[in-house]
Amino acid sequence: MKVEAKILLTLGVFFGAMCAVYWNWSLENAGGVMMFAGMLLCFLPGLYYYWWSRRMKARPEDDPHATQSEGAGVVGAFPGTSIWPFTLGMGAFFVVLALVFGIWFMIPGLGLVAWAVLGGTAEGRRGGRV
Amino acid sequence: MTEVLDRPVETPDHGHEQHHGPTGILKWLTTTDHKIIGLSYTVTSVMMLVIGGAFAELIRAQLTTPNGTLVSLAQYNELFTMHGSVMIYLFAGPFAFGGLANIIVPIQIGAPDMAFPRLNALSYWLYLMGSITMLSGFFTAGGAANFGWVGYAPLSSSINTPGAGADLWIGGLLLTGFSAIFTGVNLCATIFYLRAPGMTMFRMPIFTWNMLVTAILILLAFPVLTAGLIMLYADRHFGTHIYSVAGGGVPVLWQHIFWFWGHPEVYILALPFFGMATEIIPVFSKKPVFGYKGMIFATLSIAALSLGVWAHHMFTTGVVLLPFFSIMSLLIAVPTGIKIFNWIGTMWRGQIWFSTAMLMAIGFLLTFLIGGLTGIYLASPPLDFFTHDTYFVIAHFHSVVMALVLAGMGGLYYWGPKVTGYLLNERIGKIQFWFLFIGTQVFTLPLYLLGLRGMPRRMAVYPHDPQWKFLNDLSTVGAVLIGVSTLLFVVNIIVSWKKYPAGDNPWDGHTLEWFTTSPPPHHNFYRLPQIRSERPTWDHNHPEHKAVPHGKHAEVTP
Amino acid sequence: MPTFGASQGDSTSSRSVFHLWQGFSVLAAIIGGLVVALVVWAALRYRRRGDAIPAQYQYHIPLELLYTIVPILIVFGLFAATLVVENKELANPKTSVTIDVNAFQWGWKFSYPGTPVVVVGQTTQAPTMVMPSDTNVHINLTSTDVVHGFYVKAFNFSRYALPGVLNQFTIRAVKTGTFFGQCTQLCGLYHSLMFFHVKVVTPAQYQTWLSQNSSNAAVAAAAQSAQSQQSATYVPAKTTLSSGVK
Repeated sequence: MKVEAKILLTLGVFFGAMCAVYWNWSLENAGGVMMFAGMLLCFLPGLYYYWWSRRMKARPEDDPHATQSEGAGVVGAFPGTSIWPFTLGMGAFFVVLALVFGIWFMIPGLGLVAWAVLGGTAEGRRGGRV
Repeated sequence: MTEVLDRPVETPDHGHEQHHGPTGILKWLTTTDHKIIGLSYTVTSVMMLVIGGAFAELIRAQLTTPNGTLVSLAQYNELFTMHGSVMIYLFAGPFAFGGLANIIVPIQIGAPDMAFPRLNALSYWLYLMGSITMLSGFFTAGGAANFGWVGYAPLSSSINTPGAGADLWIGGLLLTGFSAIFTGVNLCATIFYLRAPGMTMFRMPIFTWNMLVTAILILLAFPVLTAGLIMLYADRHFGTHIYSVAGGGVPVLWQHIFWFWGHPEVYILALPFFGMATEIIPVFSKKPVFGYKGMIFATLSIAALSLGVWAHHMFTTGVVLLPFFSIMSLLIAVPTGIKIFNWIGTMWRGQIWFSTAMLMAIGFLLTFLIGGLTGIYLASPPLDFFTHDTYFVIAHFHSVVMALVLAGMGGLYYWGPKVTGYLLNERIGKIQFWFLFIGTQVFTLPLYLLGLRGMPRRMAVYPHDPQWKFLNDLSTVGAVLIGVSTLLFVVNIIVSWKKYPAGDNPWDGHTLEWFTTSPPPHHNFYRLPQIRSERPTWDHNHPEHKAVPHGKHAEVTP
Repeated sequence: MPTFGASQGDSTSSRSVFHLWQGFSVLAAIIGGLVVALVVWAALRYRRRGDAIPAQYQYHIPLELLYTIVPILIVFGLFAATLVVENKELANPKTSVTIDVNAFQWGWKFSYPGTPVVVVGQTTQAPTMVMPSDTNVHINLTSTDVVHGFYVKAFNFSRYALPGVLNQFTIRAVKTGTFFGQCTQLCGLYHSLMFFHVKVVTPAQYQTWLSQNSSNAAVAAAAQSAQSQQSATYVPAKTTLSSGVK
């Protein structure tokens, strides 16, 4: 996890330096704010990974001498077929149509979104299909 | 050494893999398999390429006469707006990070799927519905969006562009924007958490590295565009005055926000295709990537610098800090140059096989060289002042994006067999390559001259300078050749349909995806080899030809 | 030295811009030529011959450092040259003539502060901005509606006309003549037809023109004929676009 953390932290530091130079030199606020936010966005996961990398036990994918048998077993949960992404997508579509053609589109829009959120969460808790 | 692996993937209420499940349309609607989602993305985005290409041919047809009447002035504005929008928002990005990356990245790192399969599926549906939303503008009374793919304020305000077409453009971009953001999250999580044992970060293929950096750029940039779009929508419908002078707003703020996204966006588009070329060239040169760590350093440098160059699109506004953006934009040429030299170094002293994929990759290299060099001119404000908004800029970015198309075609010929299990016809492929490569140069080179002779962009007619017709017609010949190459590609798919079984590793590929079957099984691998370098399949097949070791990540003996 | 497609133009800064263009082009030709030569050589010399697997080397640190550092040095050189020309182009010398340029959908208005002279025209009735040669002319550029681009190829120069922003720059034309200009930033329906002319005359001719036009009668007549000319061919009144909603 250390490499991942270093990549993000280095990018963050670079954005911070670039922001300091740019904002002070140009006195232009939009770019300064955006660069500053970019720096924060890199530090957020970067610091998390850095903190975690010093506490987690070694992972086989970080070990250059690892054997495949070390990774055998359950890798994770990979939800199989599910109708909820499609439902949520259609809900988002109708929400956008509401922005264009009229607020009444929010009824199917938010309806489908709510249905997908509830259904998808329940599916996740139940374990879903392979 | 191969180790037979048992790496089953289980969900809580199933003890074994089940491969039953829905079929047909229901399977497509409910799939969470990254390979099927990626294939859907690829097919949809190639359809977008054809639609955008049709708009391009109409543009070229209009420009064959100085006072063309093929389309009206209003329709022409819609044409170039939607050509650019479809190509950039709906084809190039989704093809790269939604299509090929979705399919290939998990297999390249030995993962069973993407980290968040349902989120992956959602990304596709948002992309599809976003594309439909944006294109449906054509069916409204006022027509599709017509303010350029960049939608500058105040032209994009409700006063200057009333009508649903503009709002559908905004809405479509909100959907595709979130699609991209979710894909960025998925790519990062997959690459950080699902690599196979031994697949350290510095053993990942360069394509995967490029996709990681692309994903980080997506997360940094797309939310900015989304915010800018929401503000534009608010100005249009909620009575805010963020971008309008009348209410105390600042129109140029739109340009700052848009281009803060817009410049990283072009690298979001380019990096995946750089990665494709970096996969193809070593395999068909029978050598490892030259300067593997240099490539990674160059990619990270491009990403870092790309957040600090946005206002080189705004040099002529008169309100941006010219020297800062000039030096940063000039610097960003350096890592690109490193990559070009590394590609040449990969070919050097190799055994080069000119398959269609390799031809496409070399064509990409040469075309990107032209585009990259002309970009250096544009990084110099005095030179930008008289080329900005002329055909010189159009030629520059078309050189670059056609280079990406060449690389993308290479990617399809290279990985198509892995995904489908069948090879494409090489003879037709090579003819397609020549039409595409020559067509690209014939299309773009006259446009550089046109721009230098003073022809601005987004011109429906050019009545005062009819002598521009010759160069326009020459460019149109190139565009027709490109169109022919696209048709040849479709012909190749039809002619080769299920005809030439590929086997696991038709190209003697180096990276992990070539170790599994074509197409890969459910959850990608029956077995995994030992991973001791960035070329696990090559090491497995050619144990006596391991790379000259360097750094801590390669081992000579098992 | 070849022009590499550009032209030296008709102002002082256009010429230094032109030389910068040539410098960049020479460098681009050398670097481009080198890379193409390397690619073509590699493609031809290292074509597959037989099935032998070549030596699997994958790095050469000195070479990689070379093509990292040399481009950085070249970049700084280009930047230095850029700064020289840029500072000259954007300098603020003492000017004796000021012209206010106002861009609007879809035409141009040229006003001469201190005089009642106004020249205005829309689309193909391209208005003419008269200015003296060998004189520092200060331009005040703005827009009354959307973003427009003030582009004159003969000066190797363009600048946005932004609403709410006053852009200022100086031009010193060195040759008399009439030069074409047009809008380069998409501004709506008649963007393709937003033309103007820049007519550079001798300072004496300029003074004559200015005083002639300052008399009220001349101004009124010009406004009148501009008016009738406008209704002749195109009718670029601000049309309401047909729209479905709102």
